[in-house]
Amino acid sequence: MFGPIIAKPGTSRKNKTGSWRTGAKPKFLQKDCIACRLCLILCPEGCIEGTQKNSFHCDYDYCKGCGICALICPKRDIEMISEEK
Amino acid sequence: MRAFLEGSKAIANTVSLCRPGVISAYPITPQTHIVEELAQLVADGKLDSQFVNVESEHSAASVVLGASASGVRVFTATSSQGLFLMAEVLFNIAGMRLPIVLTCANRAISAPINIWNDQQDSVSLRDCGFVQLYAENVQEAVDFHLLAYRLAEHKDIMLPVMVCIDGYILTHGIETLDMPEKEKIDKFLPAYQAPYKLDVDNPLTLGFLADPDYYTETRFAMQETHNEALKMLPELFADFSSVFGRNYQCVEKYRLEDAQKAIVAMGSVCGTIKDVVDELRKKGKKVGLLKISALRPFPMQDIYNALKGIPRVAVMDRALSLGSLAPLYSEIKSIFFAKKKAPKIISSFIAGLGGRDITAESIKEIFRQLNQREVVGKFIDLKAELLQDKL
Amino acid sequence: MKEIRIHARAGQGAITTAGILGSAYFIKGMYAYAFPYFGAARMGAPMNAFVRVDDKPVRMRSQIYEPDFVIIVDATLMRGANCLLGLSDKGIAVINHKEGIQAPKPKLKQKIYLVPANKIAQETIGRPLGNTALLGAYAAATGELDLNTMQEAIRERFTGKIQEGNLEAVKQGFEFIINNK
Repeated sequence: MFGPIIAKPGTSRKNKTGSWRTGAKPKFLQKDCIACRLCLILCPEGCIEGTQKNSFHCDYDYCKGCGICALICPKRDIEMISEEK
Repeated sequence: MRAFLEGSKAIANTVSLCRPGVISAYPITPQTHIVEELAQLVADGKLDSQFVNVESEHSAASVVLGASASGVRVFTATSSQGLFLMAEVLFNIAGMRLPIVLTCANRAISAPINIWNDQQDSVSLRDCGFVQLYAENVQEAVDFHLLAYRLAEHKDIMLPVMVCIDGYILTHGIETLDMPEKEKIDKFLPAYQAPYKLDVDNPLTLGFLADPDYYTETRFAMQETHNEALKMLPELFADFSSVFGRNYQCVEKYRLEDAQKAIVAMGSVCGTIKDVVDELRKKGKKVGLLKISALRPFPMQDIYNALKGIPRVAVMDRALSLGSLAPLYSEIKSIFFAKKKAPKIISSFIAGLGGRDITAESIKEIFRQLNQREVVGKFIDLKAELLQDKL
Repeated sequence: MKEIRIHARAGQGAITTAGILGSAYFIKGMYAYAFPYFGAARMGAPMNAFVRVDDKPVRMRSQIYEPDFVIIVDATLMRGANCLLGLSDKGIAVINHKEGIQAPKPKLKQKIYLVPANKIAQETIGRPLGNTALLGAYAAATGELDLNTMQEAIRERFTGKIQEGNLEAVKQGFEFIINNK
């Protein structure tokens, strides 16, 4: 008999961590972005995409609202905004 | 083929014929000869296997874990402190359901440091999820490795197996045995087909986080599988017998049919007990032996059937559970709790710790002390003159 | 059952000696169990190796306290310990002779043979390792094994020049006893 000992890839997509956000979410202003990719690299959920300057954005289904992207952005081009907005 | 071989050499050469793809171990007395011989076979090009030198037993166990997870047959061996350093990984191996075969050359545990034989090392790890087999002689030691791979790699079992052999007595003992031939091994033990493995083309994760919603079921399944292994072992033994002509059981009943007194024991000491039983039988004493070959899964029903009609039973432990009853004793005793048919007396004896020689006289002493009164945790051959109340 | 106890120091090849002796019995068609007991596991420390022989599989695992035969590889061990302790009344001891060390007096029907094994070894193997000469002497003194069987066991253990030397050492050890019996 076997219990749940094997995990197939892609299971993290099933868990939509976006529901964990409690109040704030990042807003990608896409004005002063220099495409340094720091937000993409540091996002703990890996839900930020983008390649060119001012193209970066995140998938709110998975963004936990931790604010690391906004904190690390050297151009202050990401800001945390209230969930309601 | 009949041969006169050192236990370690016999084991190494048999393991070699099982064609493990990866071997990793760290030397420790009295296990060293086994992996030394395997390393030599690899270096000489006689065994096509990767021998991974590591800096500790923790790493050795980790290497075979990783290799096994990638779908190859693996082997490792250790003793005593080395087994304990592996302990963390061993629980992982079992939990990930990887069919690793490990030889434990049984040796006492520090402190005080002691390189000689008892069974405290493997007995202490009886809860780690490994199947545990204990060999009486070199022939069994060799044969149990073949059985170990067959059982471990069965697609319904997938549990690691620890083959426990008494250090020095069997590892360094040279004796006559029938070395299993390659053709027979190939017949008995097909190539390992991993039912799941780490594979870049078909990715999966083993050993992931299982939160309270999942963990219980992983452990429940392991417990069930041990029961399944217990049911499967007689079939495997029969299959083994049909290929090699040698018969094994989870427990061996030796002259128990009309016995009034019996000793329960594990490992090489069973040979000594058999000789003493024969000697006492010649003098008309109705004595016998119950040899436990499988400590995990624990063959409770077999033990119950074997001992229920015997008035006096002595359980000999070569390990302790400090602060409580001796490990084998407490498990045997619990089988008979509230049972109508049970021995009148089940006594507990401790012998052969840290290489203290168990002589024929030690065994006779146990039979002598197995009388009207139940004895619990009686040490045999204890030297009172070495004990003091205060330093 | 016959029981043999070998006295040596760790590093003097007692396990090899026990293994060859057991192997000779195996070639003869008997069952043997050869095993060591180490004291301090260091070169030079006194240690024992044992051989138990029977015509059926050997099951007894304890050390040997009442040997039928004793082989003493290093006579200096007799300074500190009674190497013949427990030797059977009809027992036979084969001792690697060393100048200045008295052999114990045999009791009852015991027989003690002093063999210049290291001298034989020096001449045959080129090193003072008297073990195989003692095995030859053992075969002759006990009558347990013939010279051919003992030499066969040597052939299985050694190859090349070392084999040649040891075969000659066994032979000379054997003949020493025959000539001095």
